Amino acid sequence: MLKIECPWCGPRHETEFRYGGEAHRVRPEKPDSLTDEAWAAFLFMRTNTKGAFAERWCHVNGCRRWFNVLRHTVSHEILAVYAMGEVPPVPGARKEGGQ
Amino acid sequence: MSMLNRTASGGSVDRSKPLNFTFNGQSYRGFEGDTLASALLANGVHLVGRSFKYHRPRGIVAAGAEEPGALVQLETAEHTEPNIRATQIELYEGLVASSVNVWPSVDFDVSAINGLFAKLFTAGFYNKTFMWPRSFWMRLYEPVIRRAAGWGRAPTTSDPDLYDHMHDHPDVLVIGAGPAGLSAAVEAGRAGARVVLVDEQAEPGGSLLTLEREIDGQPGRDWVQDRIAELEAMPDVRILSRTVLFGYYDHNYLVAVERKTDHLPVMKRPGRIRQRTWHFRAGHVVLATGAHERPLVFADNDRPGIMLAGSVLTYLNRYGVFPGKEVVLFTNNDGAYETALALHEQRLKVAAVVDVRHQVTGALPARVRALGIPVFAGHALSATRGGKRVSAVEVRPVQQGAGKLTGAGRWINCDLVAMSGGWSPVVHLFSQSQGRLEFDAGKSAFVPAHAVPAQTVAGAANGDFLLKDCLLAGREAGRNGVLAAGLKPKRRKPAAAVHEPETAPMEPVWLVPGREPVGVGKAKHFVDLQNDTTAADIALATREGFESSEHVKRYTLTGFGTDQGKTSNINALGILSGLLDRPLGEIGTTTFRPPYTPVAYGALAGRNIGRWSDPVRTTSIHPWHEGNGARFETVGQWHRPWYYPKNGENLQAAVNRECLAVRNGVGVLDASTLGKIDIRGPDAAEFLNRVYTNAWSKLGVGRIRYGLMCREDGMVFDDGTTARLAPDHFLMTTTTGNAAVVLDWLEDYLQTEWPDLRVYCTSVTEQWATVSVAGPKARRVLEKLAPEMKLGPDDFPFLSFQEGTVAGMAARIFRISFTGELTFEINVPWHQGLALWKAVMDAGEEFGITPYGTETMHVLRAEKGFIIVGQETDGTTTPQDLGMDWIVSKAKPDFIGKRSFTRSDTSRPDRKQLVGLLTEDPETVLPEGAQLVFDPHAPKPMPMVGHVTSSYYSAALGRSIALALVKGGQDRMGQHVFAPLEGGTVTAVLTSPVFFDKEGERQDGEI
Ligand SMILES: [Zn+2]
Repeated sequence: MLKIECPWCGPRHETEFRYGGEAHRVRPEKPDSLTDEAWAAFLFMRTNTKGAFAERWCHVNGCRRWFNVLRHTVSHEILAVYAMGEVPPVPGARKEGGQ
Repeated sequence: MSMLNRTASGGSVDRSKPLNFTFNGQSYRGFEGDTLASALLANGVHLVGRSFKYHRPRGIVAAGAEEPGALVQLETAEHTEPNIRATQIELYEGLVASSVNVWPSVDFDVSAINGLFAKLFTAGFYNKTFMWPRSFWMRLYEPVIRRAAGWGRAPTTSDPDLYDHMHDHPDVLVIGAGPAGLSAAVEAGRAGARVVLVDEQAEPGGSLLTLEREIDGQPGRDWVQDRIAELEAMPDVRILSRTVLFGYYDHNYLVAVERKTDHLPVMKRPGRIRQRTWHFRAGHVVLATGAHERPLVFADNDRPGIMLAGSVLTYLNRYGVFPGKEVVLFTNNDGAYETALALHEQRLKVAAVVDVRHQVTGALPARVRALGIPVFAGHALSATRGGKRVSAVEVRPVQQGAGKLTGAGRWINCDLVAMSGGWSPVVHLFSQSQGRLEFDAGKSAFVPAHAVPAQTVAGAANGDFLLKDCLLAGREAGRNGVLAAGLKPKRRKPAAAVHEPETAPMEPVWLVPGREPVGVGKAKHFVDLQNDTTAADIALATREGFESSEHVKRYTLTGFGTDQGKTSNINALGILSGLLDRPLGEIGTTTFRPPYTPVAYGALAGRNIGRWSDPVRTTSIHPWHEGNGARFETVGQWHRPWYYPKNGENLQAAVNRECLAVRNGVGVLDASTLGKIDIRGPDAAEFLNRVYTNAWSKLGVGRIRYGLMCREDGMVFDDGTTARLAPDHFLMTTTTGNAAVVLDWLEDYLQTEWPDLRVYCTSVTEQWATVSVAGPKARRVLEKLAPEMKLGPDDFPFLSFQEGTVAGMAARIFRISFTGELTFEINVPWHQGLALWKAVMDAGEEFGITPYGTETMHVLRAEKGFIIVGQETDGTTTPQDLGMDWIVSKAKPDFIGKRSFTRSDTSRPDRKQLVGLLTEDPETVLPEGAQLVFDPHAPKPMPMVGHVTSSYYSAALGRSIALALVKGGQDRMGQHVFAPLEGGTVTAVLTSPVFFDKEGERQDGEI
């Protein structure tokens, strides 16, 4: 069970949080302008990173705030915690937009 | 009965406190401080059970958690617990235990005949048998297995004991209170760290309880006592004995179970916590878990009386018990010689020491030889004799490396064989923490290959078997913990002076040859005593193509028992390495997983049992429902009235009556559980535009609209009505079971996609009690309660809301309808719900007002073709599938789900679509979930074209109705579908899903 540092509440057990999947996937501004393939890629495709991975967490059983976590997917080491809208603070980490 | 095999003095048992106990119906005595195993051995009892497959006699092999064979059924009736290791049961007055897996008795076991069916039980037996004809399985194998297999019996009544859970956050968590662990704990404690020291045994000390050692001129046991006393005096140190650390998870989260009353007589336990589960989040973890001795794999090595040499020494030195009087030692290392010396000192006959090494040169063997004890260097045990106890062994010369026997044998009589194949570090927890192991050829053991963050492995667990090394490693481990906690370690004291014997190198032997090749003849070389896996089984697995250690483990079941192969895994891997002619390091180990030893379900559940297993939510009106005989159904965590039977009515009779009351008069429903979300902010209307499929900007204040929410993939996610209370203020309702999910969903979009929107969401589900008054006479009831309000259809039209005073209470009233009838949903503050309900019941009495439950609500809405999300939808249903195109805006440029409606799959014409079904026989009510076909004569498997989502008997229509999702159903109105059921095929015709009041003429009620 991970120990996650909520930016507002401090370190808490993983059981207080909800996982929100890959971070930095931005909902397209104009979905109508996308091809079926591009829209399907937004809907269904996720990267499967071995290494530093940016993901979203929500402190559902606490402050209910969403934030980003940079976690190593093998060691589960949490490399960084940062706010929504910020870029991942560790160089070399993936940053991906929806379009 | 006297204790035949008890030394005159010594050990840590209290000879002034005798205890009576019963094993297999026979009474015995032991002492306080004994385990069940030591007490049985003291009484000369070696035969404690029968083996799993062959039902061979089995005895006690070890003295601790690694015991593979001596599993017993402890206690009886509701206190009974199966498959407990006799070596870990502390003796108490009145203990009752019996053998597992024996019938009719341990001495006379008819199933031993299974030995004759050995071929049936070879490796892969389970896998292969499942492929054989079913009739064979039913008639032959299952009865045989049922009789033969299974360890112990689960209790048949619920667990009467109390369990609880505790959480702790130590700076340093030390696991194991042997020399390394004690050194670590003391070092960390002295520096002021918060320390928890966990040890699985009743008494701390680990190997120092077995080995006679001196530390700084002090006997080992005294050194232990001093360290414990020092730790106990420290304010921030917690010592947990009788506590097994069984799980090691990410980020130093560890779980242990403490046995608090298991060592007490059963009658003294009530009212006390039996076991406590500890949850640790540790800054630094010190693994000082020690080592387990390895058995040697030789022909017929499973007879009772064949034990581990180190365990024999433990019984002698710690419990004052000698498990035999005429002993043969069999070894590949110097350690067993220490056992020989101790036995000799107790004036027991050491008949021989058989050592596979050709060069036996160490100091300990020299002392043994000097006592005149015969030492057979370069020899091995090639066969054993004995029925329920070993009686003789055959000794033969063996090649260097123990590959082959090289000469004639001689038989030596004995009643105990003490064997040692070397030591395996207890790396289970290290492995659980994602630590990787490597094979150290010098130590002939798997040891930690690298450091794991925030953790130190110390002592024998790390492959350092010498006491002086353990003490130093423990000290350094403790200092690591101190530094990790940001504290300053004390100056190092000089290393302790330790007296311990020099030892010569061991020689690894994984398989000792017998008189015949392995797998030939009757002799068996047991590898896993708990699963009856033999060396021949491993050979068979490799012949059948299994080479990976994980595959061989699964095929032969090695290490699959409750002991997780603590004594067997390494030997199995060694044998596999020999068969494949590949170095052991390349074969690798199997993965260790939690729990380290079995854990009772009660300990895991703690206090979360019965009514505390899950929170129960009830409304403020609940006492009335209970007082008026409601039957309840669980919706999410809510207990909602299901129906209110009168005069012994069954469900159908009550629901028919309730339905007709609403259709013809007036009914009342407790709708408080409906999810309610208060949405405020200047951008609230824009936000609703984006999350609902229909348009919200132009909804007037005081008006209500029904909305459907989809996910981005276009599938329906939730529905409900939302009222505009003010230009920037809405009240959204959600389905009862989905309220929390919807709120999370809204927050997700507001916080992560559209943080620019100024909108705030608050759950108000439990702030408002909701009483829904429905039926043509609903207005009559409300007129009495709110005389100053204008309630007519012009002043208070459908889909509008008003604030007013109802029965003296400030209320919000919503005119919506889930029944098709005139409905007023009256909302008052939660605590006034019961008062409102009673006022409504009183006012409605003259109109025959009838309380109705969720079942009636479901029937009434199905008559109107209203969907329930999660019943008519299953996460693959679009609004168009439901025939609800009317609620999907064409004008809005974007909303969640819109883009997906034009995806090729979402716009297929043959998608499953919502339809009504009328069965040919109006009395037949289709089962919900029934699969539907277009052609009931199609060859099997018939193409299935949909399923029934809702199905009821409608009292208002006098017949059954159903809703279904059917492929292309909206274009098949009037056609037939068929439900092939067990009792015959039901024919139904496809119709509109709206069965009742298709024109919606009833929603304004009696005017
Ligand atoms: Zn928080």
